[in-house]
Amino acid sequence: MSFLRKPIYATAGYNTVSLGQGRKEFKPKEPRPGIEHYIKEAGRGALAQVKNPEAIDEGVMTNFMMARYNRQGNRPGFFPMIHPSFRYKPATGTEGACDSGGLGLAVACKTILADVADAVLVVGFEVQTTVKAVYGADYLAGAGWYKDRKKGHAHFFPGQFSDRAGACFEKFGKEKVREGMAHWYVQAIENARRNPKAQEYHNSISDLFATGMTPPNPKVFCEHINVYDCSKVSDAGCALIFASEEGLKKLGVEKKDAVEVVSWGQCEDDITNPQPDLTKLVASQKAASLAYERAGLSPKDIGVLEVHDCFSIAGLLMMEATGFAGYGEGADFVSAGKTKIDGEIPTNTTGGLIGYGHPVGASGVRQAVDLVHQLTGKASDCQIAMDSASPYGLMVSMGGSDITIVSMIFKKIE
Amino acid sequence: MNLDERFENVSVIGAAGKMGSGIAVLIAQEMAKLKKKNKDKIYRLNLIDISEQALDGLSGYMKAQIIRVAEKSIVFLREMYEERKDLVENIEIINAFVDDTFSVIRCGTELGMAKNSKLIFEAIAENEDIKIKVLKSLDEVCGKETFFLTNTSSIPIGFLDQEAGLDGRIIGYHFYNPPIVQKLVEVITPTTIQKELSDIALELGKRLRKKLVPANDVAGFIGNGHFTRDGLYALNEIERLKDNYSLAGAIYIMNRISQDFLVRPMGIFQLIDYVGIDVFDSILKVMRKHLGDETLRHSLVNSMIEQKVLGGQRPDGSQKDGFLKYEKNRPVGIYDAEKKEYVPINKDLDTKIGALPDNFKPWKALLTEPTKEEKLSDYFASLKGTKTLGAELALSYLAETKKIGEDLVKEGVANSYEDVNSVLTNGFYWVYGPINEYV
Repeated sequence: MSFLRKPIYATAGYNTVSLGQGRKEFKPKEPRPGIEHYIKEAGRGALAQVKNPEAIDEGVMTNFMMARYNRQGNRPGFFPMIHPSFRYKPATGTEGACDSGGLGLAVACKTILADVADAVLVVGFEVQTTVKAVYGADYLAGAGWYKDRKKGHAHFFPGQFSDRAGACFEKFGKEKVREGMAHWYVQAIENARRNPKAQEYHNSISDLFATGMTPPNPKVFCEHINVYDCSKVSDAGCALIFASEEGLKKLGVEKKDAVEVVSWGQCEDDITNPQPDLTKLVASQKAASLAYERAGLSPKDIGVLEVHDCFSIAGLLMMEATGFAGYGEGADFVSAGKTKIDGEIPTNTTGGLIGYGHPVGASGVRQAVDLVHQLTGKASDCQIAMDSASPYGLMVSMGGSDITIVSMIFKKIE
Repeated sequence: MNLDERFENVSVIGAAGKMGSGIAVLIAQEMAKLKKKNKDKIYRLNLIDISEQALDGLSGYMKAQIIRVAEKSIVFLREMYEERKDLVENIEIINAFVDDTFSVIRCGTELGMAKNSKLIFEAIAENEDIKIKVLKSLDEVCGKETFFLTNTSSIPIGFLDQEAGLDGRIIGYHFYNPPIVQKLVEVITPTTIQKELSDIALELGKRLRKKLVPANDVAGFIGNGHFTRDGLYALNEIERLKDNYSLAGAIYIMNRISQDFLVRPMGIFQLIDYVGIDVFDSILKVMRKHLGDETLRHSLVNSMIEQKVLGGQRPDGSQKDGFLKYEKNRPVGIYDAEKKEYVPINKDLDTKIGALPDNFKPWKALLTEPTKEEKLSDYFASLKGTKTLGAELALSYLAETKKIGEDLVKEGVANSYEDVNSVLTNGFYWVYGPINEYV
């Protein structure tokens, strides 16, 4: 029996530019658009791709830390702003740290499965450039357990993943892992340079690998990672529509412009427990396995991959968690070029969190949007040639240090 | 008495000025760190300035600067406040550090506040008579254990020592503007100095993470010794160029040559404006007096001062008009002292100057360029092959600048070429030293 009792489709994806350090138009000292701008641009960008926007039944608004970055709560309250017909329609907000967007995708699918909606618009957004990174670090630290904050690093999450990198150096060899991380950075920037909306689109560094290998400076940052190993501080919005068969019809969307949701795996670890093994993403692996199992698929069926690379080390560990590389072999897999856009399994083809940017609460939505674009042939300069033997796209969205996970599989419609 | 003990009570004189306030920020932070370690001790930093009004604005400036430094030092500060369980987030730690730093500070206009200070930073106007008077008064107030670090940029330190009767308790400690950012401190050790003071000065430099470059006690030292002669060369070139290009045109040409063609952070006239034309003049006066060199003067500088066109900076750091007129700190006009008015920049002059070689890279790009020596070498080689007014003026200027540097060593102002280059690269932010192989 199929995991889903009725088909669900995803369509009409839209990502805004990821604005922040790196973009030429980013001027730190000048006023910038707020969350409303990104919600409207992304939401309306999605609606512009359907004939009947009023056919949207519900909204899911995904965001992580607007309460602090923007002094604003009540995520759903922004849904009606997107289209006049949305006023008084139901909306839900999701928050699960960096997986807020991933949760939004799952909630949309569950809502459709519950037969209470045929078409759900998911809008992810985050505006982080309102404060300097040194203060934003504390907001983002909320993705971990608050009781760990005091003993944590000034840059809390970079500190957490620096520890993971350190544990991997020790277990698998520093040189190999370090180089794998630098190769991940190279790939992220190369892909971002094909994506005009990516924060690193304008990156013109000539020797990316040497940059990626910059020795860490623990006096001002972390012990085992440098700033190039990190995703960006970003402002962006991303939107995607989920619909039932009936929903697609009501929206006026042809099937060729949609992809099928095949399965998903959702997993939660205990935020108050120390991570069992810093060299593994255990919860991410469980979520991905669940998604594979429910779909009756394995890595060989996947033609395009989107993983959560908040840090380059997370990118390497994700290759293991998704079953493409064996334990301890993520670095070798990446260094061998297997994740490049023309490699064995094209991964994060639009730049990922390091290349496109990491508008935290939108990242999960952004990953799904980019998979939908790839599977419908709308990825422009980032487009890969999909092999008919592997018509699936897999994503893993992660919140915190392997705490809140959604992994979802989409299928190209033949 | 070691440096830690001397740090228990420190005074900064001229604390509201641009140098004094920067020094005050640096010292206040060191004292806050000591206070954290030695909770039972009382630390006091007296910020003394003649202007009540300027002192009023000082705390706002200092707070902004201390926050900036604290943000950059957050990794260290989290360790420093590790045992304070109530301070969890970075902002709480930064605020605590700001509060702790401010708690050591007292502001006022009376020199008597300095009476218990064992370490005094003097950063008042570069005026011999005033410096001597203030140092004498402080000596009477403080007693014979107190050491003086004077932020003097041109007056011989031995002379100040003798005139103020300090018995070798003074050293030249010349910070560069702004002291918080600039790594360089030019250290001038007069022959009369007490050994303990020179040791303390060395240790202080390490603690403030400054690059100390020794200069001999000759008026102007290395920094101003080079700067004044470099400026005078440009002023003399103007005399030569003004008949063909007008006075304002000549100023524009030499400013552009020094900034773009010589790849410096700012043109020579913008730099003189930044320092202040009156300050430039007072340095020349000091050097004339102590070196007996009457060529250290220029009639155009005198005219500018007579016409009260002085440059310098406003308290908020913005640039006042001088040789150049500024809008948002960018030059938009040139002062014509003969016409007594600003005239707009004549962009046609750029055609006369000629284009920069294709391999030119601006100063800012070279700052972070790992192969800048190679790039500069290629650039100056191309410049030599260019037959334009710009190339010709630039190459002569480059040669003169080198000669000025070499003469500083020849005349015993600097101990080595390396020290001269270090002052210009660290204090003036040049991307290459004046004594180089590019000429």
